[in-house]
Amino acid sequence: MATLQLNQVTKSFGDTHVIKGVDLEVKDREFVVFVGPSGCGKSTLLRMIAGLESTSSGDLLIDGQRINDLGPAERGLAMVFQSYALYPHMTVEDNMGFSLKLAGVSASERRKKVDEAARILQLDPLLKRKPKALSGGQRQRVAIGRAIVRNPSIFLFDEPLSNLDAALRVQMRIELARLHEELQATMIYVTHDQIEAMTMADKIVVLQGGIVEQVGSPMELYHHPRNRFVAGFIGSPKMNFLPATVRSAGTQGVEVGLPGGGTAHIPVVGSEVAEGQALELGVRPEHLQLTGKGPLSGRVSVLERLGGQTSLYVEMDGELITLMADGDVTYRVGDEVHFGFEPGRAHLFTADGMALESLERHPLASLTRQDNRAANEVGA
Amino acid sequence: MTTTAGTTTATAAPAAAGISPAARAQRRRKVAMAILGWGVALIIFFPIFWMILTGFKTEADAIADPSLIFSPTLESYTEVQSRADYSKFAWNSVVVSFGSTLLALLIAIPSAYSMAFLPTRRTRGTLLWMLSTKMLPSVGVLVPIYLLFRDFGLLDTRTGLTIVYTLMNLPIVVWMLYTFFKDLPRDILEAGRMDGAGTLQEIWYLLLPLTLPGIASTGLLSVILSWNEAFWSLNLTTSQAAPLTAYIASFSSPEGLFWAKLSAASTMAIAPILIFGWLTQKQMVRGLTFGAVK
Repeated sequence: MATLQLNQVTKSFGDTHVIKGVDLEVKDREFVVFVGPSGCGKSTLLRMIAGLESTSSGDLLIDGQRINDLGPAERGLAMVFQSYALYPHMTVEDNMGFSLKLAGVSASERRKKVDEAARILQLDPLLKRKPKALSGGQRQRVAIGRAIVRNPSIFLFDEPLSNLDAALRVQMRIELARLHEELQATMIYVTHDQIEAMTMADKIVVLQGGIVEQVGSPMELYHHPRNRFVAGFIGSPKMNFLPATVRSAGTQGVEVGLPGGGTAHIPVVGSEVAEGQALELGVRPEHLQLTGKGPLSGRVSVLERLGGQTSLYVEMDGELITLMADGDVTYRVGDEVHFGFEPGRAHLFTADGMALESLERHPLASLTRQDNRAANEVGA
Repeated sequence: MTTTAGTTTATAAPAAAGISPAARAQRRRKVAMAILGWGVALIIFFPIFWMILTGFKTEADAIADPSLIFSPTLESYTEVQSRADYSKFAWNSVVVSFGSTLLALLIAIPSAYSMAFLPTRRTRGTLLWMLSTKMLPSVGVLVPIYLLFRDFGLLDTRTGLTIVYTLMNLPIVVWMLYTFFKDLPRDILEAGRMDGAGTLQEIWYLLLPLTLPGIASTGLLSVILSWNEAFWSLNLTTSQAAPLTAYIASFSSPEGLFWAKLSAASTMAIAPILIFGWLTQKQMVRGLTFGAVK
């Protein structure tokens, strides 16, 4: 049992406010991912939870107990660093057993716990090696092993996969997800890679400039971004933004005028907008469909064939619009294309960047990874 | 004749083609650098070499025209040994230089730790200020220190000399350790803190083993500086605590200069530290370039 609660937590370095009042609740056994662009404060927030940075104001609670004034080791957490931070002069075994040695655990007990962690991570044959004799992926596993041995209430990961090559990153991502299942532990994970966030999280916390932009399940952030920043940050390739003008607004949605003269009826709450107001229309590249004569059109500027899919970069009124099309499309650079979208897939943003709420919630919006597992079990 | 010349060039050509002009230029540069290096080394070493040689001459040979050919004798050495007990001075040197180094490290490791890992706005200024004390002429503080030593009964004691040497080397020892510590990735110490290490455990289990090459070379430098120090040892000691530098000096004054005896004494004084430096030179170079190669 380990829950974490952040109440109006702030952090300032002199006059620089890095974390500006964060509220957050992490449930037991939840896999929470902090994501955001570099400098958004996500690592600082993690380090504050770890106790490596002090908290300027606000409360940190683990299982309801205030931990602000406890040292890093007393909080009962374990952290995996981006650089792994293995002790280079110790063997894998000593690296993993170091915390136990400091805690005065007997050598035989230490041995048992290290062996157990080594078994989970398949590190058995490497126990006598020093870190420099290990590959990147192995070092990563030792760093995780060092955390497991401590049997922490919460695992903290600070961009643990960013030093690995792409193939290994995918593999470790799967391993981490499996580890989460096996250990049934609460985990907080920091990354700037939204794919890692989407694939591993039960709950994503999107940070920007020291504030939480949105908290929600991956599917909720994808389908119901609260603002333009989250909409642009989650999803790859990035969401397209087009200028749009309100034609009419009502309980059934908002009718907007599109560039090129077309119109679209978007099913969002329209009570806050007025006729003639300038909005931004957001549509994800995978939700734009090539049609014979859609409301939108432009000229293909760049074409990237990925095999299964083709990315089209279409120039429209001087802006580049990204469009994911079928792998077998026969367009070439310079061709004129027409495209449209399903109104239910589009988003509208006001001038201050806030999204207009959808009239209908996406059926998968509250899905977490744990739900995925439950569904599988029922299926089996 | 022409034919012969033709064949010679023909056979020489492939051999020359084997080494490209660039490689040849590089080899020439290497040879030039080697000659230069040896030249500098010889110039630096010559006085020491001459001193060693002179130690094996008679006094008459020593003041005669410089010559490499003479009949070597141990006369000066026996004479020197009969006049003063070498081992007593040598022991003082060992105790004082190693003692002061140990003391300096004990004080400098925690200071450098706090400066490297818990810096404040004034850390850099403090370090520079400490180093700036090395720019003062020592004689400027001779009188106050002498008076202090007299009042505390430290004159001509090994304890007193150890304290002075510690203070003398502390700025450079702190500075060197600071640069070595700063090179250590912070993450490793933070990982240690997450694992439950307190400050002392952090220093003992992580910092010291990881910066051992740096600490060793700092210690070696401190030993050498203390061993070679003459100003304070001559002014603060007379007989009881006098180290080898005072031993050398004792052969230079009253009855005029006796080159052979002075050389013999000097050779004996520098021999231990020379051997010590030679044995540890690998460690020294490794430590001094520790940050550079990482």
